[in-house]
Amino acid sequence: MSIEARFDLGYPGFSLDVDLDLPSQGVTAVFGASGCGKTTLLRCIAGLTHAERGRLVVNGDVWQDSANFIPAHARSLGYVFQDANLFSHLSVRRNLQYGQSRVPHAQQRVDWASAIELLDIAPLLERKPGGLSGGERQRVAIARALLTSPRLLLMDEPLASLDLARKDELIPYLERLHRELKIPIVYVSHAADEIARLADHIVVMQAGRAVASGPLTETLARLDLPIHLGEDAGVVLEAVVAQRDAQWHLARVDFAGGSLWVRDGGQPIGHPVRARILARDVSIALGKGEDISIQNCLPATVDEMAEDSHPALTLLRLKVGASPMLARLTRRSVHALNLIPGKPVWVQIKAAALVR
Amino acid sequence: MTLPLVLPPSVLGFYLLVLMGPEGVVGQFTQAMGMGLLPFTFSGLVVASVLYSMPFVVQPITQAFSAMGDAPMEAAKTLRASPCDAFFTVALPLARPGFITAAVLGFAHTVGEFGVVLMMGGNIPGKTQVLSMVIYNHVEALEYAHAHWLAGGMLCFSFLVLLLLYGRGWNRQP
Repeated sequence: MSIEARFDLGYPGFSLDVDLDLPSQGVTAVFGASGCGKTTLLRCIAGLTHAERGRLVVNGDVWQDSANFIPAHARSLGYVFQDANLFSHLSVRRNLQYGQSRVPHAQQRVDWASAIELLDIAPLLERKPGGLSGGERQRVAIARALLTSPRLLLMDEPLASLDLARKDELIPYLERLHRELKIPIVYVSHAADEIARLADHIVVMQAGRAVASGPLTETLARLDLPIHLGEDAGVVLEAVVAQRDAQWHLARVDFAGGSLWVRDGGQPIGHPVRARILARDVSIALGKGEDISIQNCLPATVDEMAEDSHPALTLLRLKVGASPMLARLTRRSVHALNLIPGKPVWVQIKAAALVR
Repeated sequence: MTLPLVLPPSVLGFYLLVLMGPEGVVGQFTQAMGMGLLPFTFSGLVVASVLYSMPFVVQPITQAFSAMGDAPMEAAKTLRASPCDAFFTVALPLARPGFITAAVLGFAHTVGEFGVVLMMGGNIPGKTQVLSMVIYNHVEALEYAHAHWLAGGMLCFSFLVLLLLYGRGWNRQP
């Protein structure tokens, strides 16, 4: 089962040309700068924009091909808009009922109580959307979309219109959604940190084209992508909390290839976590530094090297055990250390953040 | 549609009179349909007033629909509402303030109308004479006391209608 999406459409000054095969479970993040066509892609999937040439098959159901175009209201999907887009003339309760009441009873798989509980909106039910905060509005919008029991949930930068505090408030709800529901999610975002936290699969878009598509950890470690990712270039490692040090408030997380000491995020031992390591936070040494402040030094081998966006810089992919890691170095230091593929080195990780 | 906005009322009334008269295209049509002639009848007055006040009613409603944009209708679509369903359950309720403004403007505009009504109706007492004409007649005859009573009554009535319409409209807003 998968989602097959192929769209080709053009306006003056913009064209979208994608051919994607997305997994039908977990969160697929569509990542790219503003104006690269992420939202247009999502709207094509929803049927809100009609791409003249396109093919869309969701779990075996043809939603669009050369002969058919199922209108948006007849597709089993949920859409969360960037600005929530609640009906201002209806109360929260009536907003939620709007979609639910239009789905035949036999197809309702998400029940009222669990949607309300999942997004914690019981106290808001009798209020009007005008009186809600940005984060509350988005939670209602997500619940409203869920209550149509969609087979596919589309989210268009649900956090973009929120300030940092509200974002942090909403992200745990999105993680719960991911954990507790079996609905595949296509999540559009231009924020790499959101993607590192939420996504399982990533599609990187640039100028209307998908330049990469694949599992998150694997795709982020590709050397041809950091150019598109800029300062956000880095890897995400799946790890498990192995030890907690109460004295220094640190936690040791084990990943395939080694372990890292990171700030204790409160997760219990055995809890799966994700650690994000940016390429700019990784430096290379030929020997194991003994008297430096950096705590995380791991043996590695240079795997591959590539040009970076600036001629002064080089990107290195290293193998730390079975895990890939990216490092951004100046070309001068690569030359000075005589780094070549296959050379054993030590990576020094200045910062690693637990993102989940 | 917006022509009546800039056209002097008596000019509009004159053309309507000619069109609906025995020699006019509309007049011949209404006669052929067995409805007789419209000028100098109450029906004629209503038809002329509708045409004359049309832009004041259509404009606020158009405004209300275009101001809401595509977003609410798109949200409705993603919630399984067909276009027709979405129009009645989302677009129409959201355009409510526009309808209220349209009703108020249309009413106020029609009630104070003089030129078109005089041309089409002909000021026939008991048949096509409207309040504003009665006031005019009283003033012409120097019966200021009568004119005061009627004018004052209209003033109060207008206020009352405005209060009622706007009061309802505002209370129902989110």
